[in-house]
Amino acid sequence: MAFLPLNKISVNLDINDEIYQAEIRPFSTLLSILRLELGLTGSKPGCLNGDCGACTIIMDGLPYKSCIILAVEAAGRKITTIEGLKNAPIQTAFIENFAFQCGYCTPGFIMNCHALISKYQNPSKETIKEWLESNICRCTSYEEIEKAVLSVIHNEVESRKE
Amino acid sequence: MLTADIEYYQPKSLNEAIDLFFQLKHVNKQPLYYSGGTEIITFRRLNLIQTGAIIDIKNIPECKIFELNDHFLITGASISLTYLEEKNFFPLLSKTSRGVADFTARNKITLGGNICGQIFYREAVLPFLLADSNVILAGYDGVKSLPIHMVFNQTLNLNEGQFLVQLQTEESYLSLPHYAIKKRQQWDTGYPLITIATLKKDGQLRIAFSGLCPFPFRSLEVEKELNNRQLPIDERIMNAIKYLPGPILNDVEGSKEYRLFVLRNTLKDIFRELEGE
Repeated sequence: MAFLPLNKISVNLDINDEIYQAEIRPFSTLLSILRLELGLTGSKPGCLNGDCGACTIIMDGLPYKSCIILAVEAAGRKITTIEGLKNAPIQTAFIENFAFQCGYCTPGFIMNCHALISKYQNPSKETIKEWLESNICRCTSYEEIEKAVLSVIHNEVESRKE
Repeated sequence: MLTADIEYYQPKSLNEAIDLFFQLKHVNKQPLYYSGGTEIITFRRLNLIQTGAIIDIKNIPECKIFELNDHFLITGASISLTYLEEKNFFPLLSKTSRGVADFTARNKITLGGNICGQIFYREAVLPFLLADSNVILAGYDGVKSLPIHMVFNQTLNLNEGQFLVQLQTEESYLSLPHYAIKKRQQWDTGYPLITIATLKKDGQLRIAFSGLCPFPFRSLEVEKELNNRQLPIDERIMNAIKYLPGPILNDVEGSKEYRLFVLRNTLKDIFRELEGE
């Protein structure tokens, strides 16, 4: 990590299997760097307070709210944003189950669901509830989102049986 | 976006962190120790705290430990709440921790950040108060191990430049009968009305509270009244309430009267759970 004039730090960020070099102010959040410096606008700014989950990304396999991570903390970690998912099963399931209305919370929900399904092959209802409570959908598509997650889990379980 | 010109340091040892703190203080940078940083980031955005430098203690080995060692559970200050829940060495701690914020936020919130934060709930301290844990602090005069009751009174009382490194808990406390409950006014997420953690040792209930007063606490007087088995439960609870430290919170989450109503009912639930009464 090299220090540059104007108190900027040069960091390498591993995002969606690409290395981005960025000169950042140390107190810039990962969300602001993703959107304003790197053009990855899929992660949405909502509350900026760690409450709504619209900015959720995956870091080293776990969901994080990128508005409460400094970009400098993400250096050396493996980051996935919504742009890094290419027709993941959960994305298809969201479409098939109409799991959104306005769509603003959708990238955050999808990242959280994707992390959950990647970590657990067959999570309990309690685990699903605990994880998904981290995101807010003001259009209240919660039932459809739950159906989307359960459909992916069901398909995974069935495909393992075959 | 946070654009303030704040410096960021990531020391690799306790001494390096402490040296940095005093060097930065000397040049008027108002340094802050940083671990999960969720409160610092949000408070800085709202201009509720001022700092010119943060010292991230996450990469200091002593702060990252979470293991059983020589009959003690060592819990580093930089352990995330979800990590300690997943490992579940101390079930009462796991259950109490699960009430903090939400799962994704708890991937970032650390034990030290919760205990040392400005937001007054600080629920994660409750199990350590009940288990008479020791607190490991690092400062200019070295590393100290102190009983938690000596240094935690409403908040963790730290000297300038001192920070929380670890908590050490005797293994015998980890498997004791326990109960943890978080009551909210409505829904399953959001700020709590009351959090109560209970541990039963030698037939006596130990009880600690968060959200009842503007600080977390354990009161021996309250425990004495609640354990007075000569009296019926309603009377014990009534007597215990007389010893609550004031003031009882009266805010948007719930009025003072409502909090006391919920407290009485929740204590009855605890008696049913742990005493079968």
